[in-house]
Amino acid sequence: MSSAPPMPTEDPDRIASHAGPPTAAAKQVFGQRMAAASATMRRWSDAWARLPTVVRWSLLGLLLVFLYTLPLTKPWPIDTPGTDLAGVLGGTVVPYVVVALGLNVVVGMAGLLDLGYVGFYAVGAYTLGVLTSRHANLPWLLCLPICIVVSMVVGVLLGAPTLRLRGDYLAIVTLGFGEIIRLLAERLDWLGTINGIQGIGPPPNVGPFKFGVLNKNSFFYLGLTVIIVVYFFLKRLENSRVGRAWTAIREDEDAAELMGVPTFRFKLWAFAIGAAVGGLAGMLYAGKAGFINPDGFKINLSILFIAAVVLGGPGNMPGVVIGGIVVSYLPERFRFLNTSRYMWFGIALVIMMIFRPQGLLPRRAHGRTQPPDPPTFEDVKEGDPDLEGGAHGALA
Amino acid sequence: MTFSNFIEQFWPSTINGLVLGSIYALIALGYTLVYGVLRLINFANSEVFMLSAFGSFWALQILGVPYRLGNGDDPYKTGLALVGTLGFMMLVSMVVGGTVAMGLERIAYRPLRKRHAPRLVFLISAIGASFAMSEAVGEFGPRGRQEYGIQRVLQKRKVFSIFSADVRNDYIIVVVGALLMMTVLVLFVNRTRIGRGIRAVAQDMETARLMGVNVDRVILITFLVGGLMAGGAAFLYEIYNGTARNTLGFELGVKAFTAAVLGGIGNIKGALLGGIVLGIIENWGTAIFQSNQKMGSVVAFSVLVLVLMFRPTGLLGEALGRSKA
Repeated sequence: MSSAPPMPTEDPDRIASHAGPPTAAAKQVFGQRMAAASATMRRWSDAWARLPTVVRWSLLGLLLVFLYTLPLTKPWPIDTPGTDLAGVLGGTVVPYVVVALGLNVVVGMAGLLDLGYVGFYAVGAYTLGVLTSRHANLPWLLCLPICIVVSMVVGVLLGAPTLRLRGDYLAIVTLGFGEIIRLLAERLDWLGTINGIQGIGPPPNVGPFKFGVLNKNSFFYLGLTVIIVVYFFLKRLENSRVGRAWTAIREDEDAAELMGVPTFRFKLWAFAIGAAVGGLAGMLYAGKAGFINPDGFKINLSILFIAAVVLGGPGNMPGVVIGGIVVSYLPERFRFLNTSRYMWFGIALVIMMIFRPQGLLPRRAHGRTQPPDPPTFEDVKEGDPDLEGGAHGALA
Repeated sequence: MTFSNFIEQFWPSTINGLVLGSIYALIALGYTLVYGVLRLINFANSEVFMLSAFGSFWALQILGVPYRLGNGDDPYKTGLALVGTLGFMMLVSMVVGGTVAMGLERIAYRPLRKRHAPRLVFLISAIGASFAMSEAVGEFGPRGRQEYGIQRVLQKRKVFSIFSADVRNDYIIVVVGALLMMTVLVLFVNRTRIGRGIRAVAQDMETARLMGVNVDRVILITFLVGGLMAGGAAFLYEIYNGTARNTLGFELGVKAFTAAVLGGIGNIKGALLGGIVLGIIENWGTAIFQSNQKMGSVVAFSVLVLVLMFRPTGLLGEALGRSKA
């Protein structure tokens, strides 16, 4: 039996390279690369899951120690020449990562395209500004829940009338909403018009951790802690009934509705929770910066937030954390490129999307093992010479 | 908020809105056409407009008209010289628009299409291209991120009045020019062979491909047409306004996209209606809130939200071959 000739096996590559036009071959290569990427991901996460619990926890602990000591050790590949690393991490990277986590709930988990997320960021920042500086003098810790609740309420107020819209209509309405918030802040005297709000209260000093212009490290420690808390909160949510409902809505809203998922209510939840996290991020930013003005909340920022989520891998929380870091940190790291760094950033986005459209860390399909994608109409057609036909492109 | 001011400014702001609205409508076509065919927001269309605006400046510089520095005497032209100058300006502007739009399709979209990337990815790629173009102009332009102004060749004159509002010659050129371009576009899409291809792909890309339509070419042509419209819009905008900067695209692009959605994205007539409605409402808002332009935008966006609440697919609904078929 062992000497029997091997069965002639169907080699998909060979077929594709023989029969398919160049586009099909290219697609094949891409498909393999994509499958390979996700297989690599799966291997890594399986390997991670196989490690003994002790090892896993100590590795995580090491990572935490590494992260918390970043402002002290300032390893050279990470250090930002020209600006203080702790300032960059605490003032820029932390809010972006929190924002990416929050926007991921809306875009990545529930699949709602929100182009006005900066509006919630602004609501959080302005709430803190109004409560600690412009109209009151409340302590930061009391403002924390207020900011979250206010942003959440704004999220519901925006979501209730607009979430019946789908896709791109929702995108443009949210974009308009973000712009309205900024323009109102610019216009209303109560919010300080174009001058914004100065002297926003920092978090309270706790023991050796003092929060001030000269104590940038504390902001980073606080921010990192907030990120970890938010991360675990959202992770729990993702694995809950709510998270599954979001996945269902993202994959097919009509099917979800038919299966008895109250889609509108869960979409509203996604908006509210996303808004709350966005407001929290805005609050962190405002507390660190000490002043805010409407120019800091332009639509471009919304776009950058979306870029962070998509770049990292929408729907995958470690991915969006990395996306948030990339989007906020890279322009600071490459500050020596000076003003042209955003141009390079744009070019990098295009290249990145061409070569890794699924994001840096793509989300795994639901469940333990991913079933192979069923062949779509397209695959059959492009691989099959009979269906391809000789008259391709003869008309038009 | 004064309504007396609004009543006083009613006709002038309506006419201004009509002019600005025609420009929005032309840019909106770039969004609407691509959306109709590919179902994606061509976010970088705004930068096509911005680059075309600089293209029209470049055309004037070739003809020896310098950038504006302070209040110099403008080299007004009349008669044939004026027509020739404007024609050249328009030509260069549209060539730049068409070229950039096609380049965009080849570089930022086609590779993704070949890989069946999800729709969000197209958006990010377009945003990246948009950033890159806007920042490249800001970085390498002769005057960087400053506002560029160019001397006028067309002397703005009042031609006649409607009620209390003056109608200037540049207004007429903008509105007539925009209507003309849209008429040509509608004829092109409805009457020609390529236009039929565009409608076919908009209806059902797969079936169109099976019927022998060269989908890639149709998509390229759709981008080209959108770019030409943006180029024309840029030319008209520069006749009307005469200034540009690297963020110009973003400012007008958001409005134009709003206009496209307001009218019903994917619908050519919707873009026209949406653009004009948006332009007029925006100017009314500006008049109501005592010439504060910012509030004009707030009013415009609020109206958009209201319209979409009652008509979730815009004023005229989505079309481009679908609902009519």
